[in-house]
Amino acid sequence: MDRLKNLSKASRDTLITYAIVIVAFVIMQALASMHAISSSMIGLLVPITAYICLSISLNLVVGISGELSLGHAGFMSVGAFTGLVAAQVLAPAITSGPVRLLVAMLIAGCFAALAGVLVGIPVMRLQGDYLAIVTLAFGEIIKNLLNNLYVGYDGSLHFSMKDTASLGMNGGKVLINGPQGAVGIEKLSSFIAGFLLVLFTLFVVTNLVNSRSGRAIMAVRDNRIAAESVGIDTTKYRLMAFVVAAALAGMAGALYAMNFSSIVPKKFDFNTSILILVFVVLGGMGNIRGGIISAALLTILPEKLRFIGDFRMLIYAIVLIAVMLFSNNAQVRMAIDGLRGRLSRKDDDEALGDAIEGGDAQ
Amino acid sequence: MTRDEKTYKVQSGSAPVGGRTEGTYKAQSERAAAAGVEQGRETHPKRQRTKMVAPPNNYLVPERDALKTPVLECRHLGIDFGGLKAVEDLNLMVGKTEIAGLIGPNGAGKTTVFNLLTKVYQPTRGTILLDGVDTAGMDTARVSREGIARTFQNIRLFDSLTVEDNVKIGLHNQVDCGMWSGIFRMPRYWLSEKEFHDRALELLDVFNMADNANDIAGSLPYGAQRRLEIVRALATGPKLLLLDEPAAGMNPVETEELMDNIVKIRDDFQIAVLLIEHDMDLVMGICEGIVVLNFGKVIAKGTPEEIQANPQVVEAYLGKQD
Amino acid sequence: MGFITNMINGISLGSVYAIIALGYTMVYGIAKMLNFAHGDVIMVGGYICFIAMNNLGLPPVVAVLLSIVGCTCLGIVVERLAYKPLREAPSLAVLITAIGVSYFLQNTALLVWGADPKAFRSILDLPSIKLFNGQLTVSPISLVTVAACVAIMVGLTLFTTRTKMGKAMRACSEDKGAAQLMGINVNTTISMVFAIGSGLAAIAGVLLCSTYPTLMPTTGSLPGIKAFTAAVIGGIGSIPGAALGGVLLGIIEIFAKAYIGTQLADAIVFAVLIVVLLIRPAGLLGKEIHEKV
Repeated sequence: MDRLKNLSKASRDTLITYAIVIVAFVIMQALASMHAISSSMIGLLVPITAYICLSISLNLVVGISGELSLGHAGFMSVGAFTGLVAAQVLAPAITSGPVRLLVAMLIAGCFAALAGVLVGIPVMRLQGDYLAIVTLAFGEIIKNLLNNLYVGYDGSLHFSMKDTASLGMNGGKVLINGPQGAVGIEKLSSFIAGFLLVLFTLFVVTNLVNSRSGRAIMAVRDNRIAAESVGIDTTKYRLMAFVVAAALAGMAGALYAMNFSSIVPKKFDFNTSILILVFVVLGGMGNIRGGIISAALLTILPEKLRFIGDFRMLIYAIVLIAVMLFSNNAQVRMAIDGLRGRLSRKDDDEALGDAIEGGDAQ
Repeated sequence: MTRDEKTYKVQSGSAPVGGRTEGTYKAQSERAAAAGVEQGRETHPKRQRTKMVAPPNNYLVPERDALKTPVLECRHLGIDFGGLKAVEDLNLMVGKTEIAGLIGPNGAGKTTVFNLLTKVYQPTRGTILLDGVDTAGMDTARVSREGIARTFQNIRLFDSLTVEDNVKIGLHNQVDCGMWSGIFRMPRYWLSEKEFHDRALELLDVFNMADNANDIAGSLPYGAQRRLEIVRALATGPKLLLLDEPAAGMNPVETEELMDNIVKIRDDFQIAVLLIEHDMDLVMGICEGIVVLNFGKVIAKGTPEEIQANPQVVEAYLGKQD
Repeated sequence: MGFITNMINGISLGSVYAIIALGYTMVYGIAKMLNFAHGDVIMVGGYICFIAMNNLGLPPVVAVLLSIVGCTCLGIVVERLAYKPLREAPSLAVLITAIGVSYFLQNTALLVWGADPKAFRSILDLPSIKLFNGQLTVSPISLVTVAACVAIMVGLTLFTTRTKMGKAMRACSEDKGAAQLMGINVNTTISMVFAIGSGLAAIAGVLLCSTYPTLMPTTGSLPGIKAFTAAVIGGIGSIPGAALGGVLLGIIEIFAKAYIGTQLADAIVFAVLIVVLLIRPAGLLGKEIHEKV
């Protein structure tokens, strides 16, 4: 117990986050095995874990590194499609589904990281809103390129940017068919795999944040000029955050794609990037636990609102605006602070307050 | 052994070079002049009979530093902003353990000089030698690694991080731990974190700030923020510490304390300090050599006594007295 | 002749982008926010005009005016309700709010007008102009679009440089605090900018739908993003920059579609943005601002 008390606030926060994730997993798993949750909810479990991973990884860029990225879905799609191809190609070599998923996710992560480097090098020359618009542009470019990508496999891989005919295949199978995307995907993803990926993503991001490199990343966020003045290579550390986040997004993309029987490049458009950004901002920038909770809630919310049909996205929009207004307007904030002051259970409220207000790195 | 470990060790021993040395600033130039007047022998008929002299070298360093490589030497340093010559033909030398002052009226270009030295701006003309090494082509981060640390006129801390983390970030290039070691918590990580922690607290002790280690930097009172900036700068293991108005916003008691601390830093760490300050008590109290800047040009150099007596300096500050 | 046709189409599309980009650039200049809902105001403008002409049977001129008035009011209301309370908030909060407003407008349109695309009838019922024995056809709407763009640009330039309100706008975009101290009502000025921007969006919506006559709740989002791209290429905050960026982008898009392929046209448009920003980080006509150390 003494050791627990001696832990720094950062490590304690991290442990609480791990605990929440594990408890949530156990509860959902138990409910699922008792058939206590609907089938539509079960279908959401893997997407929820994927979105949690995306939220954590984007938090590294937006919250920890302080760069507004509007193209995170681009890296997700790079990972999704390389993961799909890898899983198909490796099918004869690796028969075990989970192992194949793992390898495919690792490959997806590598390719997404590569995309992250290619995108990141020009992007890191810019700052602020200009950086944001360029990440948006890159996200759209990746989507457009994938819309024109045809990949077939007949013992060796064939690529084309024109159509399936020009693949020059000897039988075999078309894996990615331009705008139609990939069909007949083998469903390798599972809730457990998603849960493990969440733990891995959490592990990578929190450990990175609480290390020499993470401090350098946050230093650049807080004051770029001061960071340079103490000898920190600002481009290197901004790029590091960007690429690690891209790799993790790629892995989440592979997990996400292999949960469906077909997937199209259009799925990973600007709106998806925005959706992930909304998770991060609602959860509190840099607050990883908040991002996890908001990713889970905001993925379930539209599903729960399905019964009101076309109104659900309208309500989603209103909730979004209302939360932003309530959490950022000075008068409303003062009222909330007053309320919090009256509640004596300070520790419990802090987590909630952080999640609402956007507390800083944990 | 790193530079820092060395400087830490000096603390316990009796510092030989401490204290203030005033007086023979002209020693170096006089000695050089005497050596230069050598007569050429007539062995080569085609050669002109040239009288060789030492160029007028108006650099000043403390006598104890005269024979060591100066920590900083600026030759004909200058920068233009558009048509404006913000700094022009700046020649400056700072001795290895000197506390030097850079003063001048508002807008004289003092902070611009700091920005040139730290490569926030690239100079238009001239050379900067840091401990004998030309810093041409280096960027701010590189210059910091080479040994210049600075504080800022408008405080620039990592506001959302703790006091300890601020110092640890200052120690960034002193302790090594790569990204992978950090993510996967390799033994290297635990070793480095311990070293970060110990050295950060040791440095905070210089200003008795170890108790504030877990406070958020942005929430510290103003004076403490200024002190933390100095600690952070010291953490980078500098050879030369640039302080931009360190006493701004401090009360006389705090200023007095700051003066003692600056001298203590110089004595303990055996580094040079170049400071910009408007508080003349501080400048005249601890600076050994002073350079006065006006409209981007040096108008006077010398000891505090010489500067106080210099009519040009008085005119620059107070206007022409008729 | 194909080249000239493409050029005319490019300039025409570019003029639409330019009109939207002008609104974007003015709003960004003064409120320093990426107003992602701007594109959806275009869509609303298109729908108002469509309803006025088809359901109410009003003449095109009245329909267009109605659309401008409607969008201007919408712009003011949105600014008052959603953005004004967040004036002191971090820029990301404002950005997310703008995205929320964008979703709100799209889904309201979906509920009111349905998801089916509407066939928009051009506001100009004139035959195409045929030149060089029919080798070159120019649609009158293209000419009107270009003329509208030029007129708007000149008008805006005169407005911001010659009128009191315009000068107040420029003062606010430089320094809100100082402008306030000089007696400028910052809130009114910002409302005014949103009103002008939204009015321009309505014009752009009508012109866009007259050229590409399908109207859906999502009609505005892609042109909105592209116009924003155009504003950034030209140098955000700069009125001539927005016009230049818009026209350039339109020409590049049409030529990319004609010579490289429809699918890759958007990728090329965005690639141009990236190249421009790498060479000139503040856009073609933008001023670079350095942080004072």
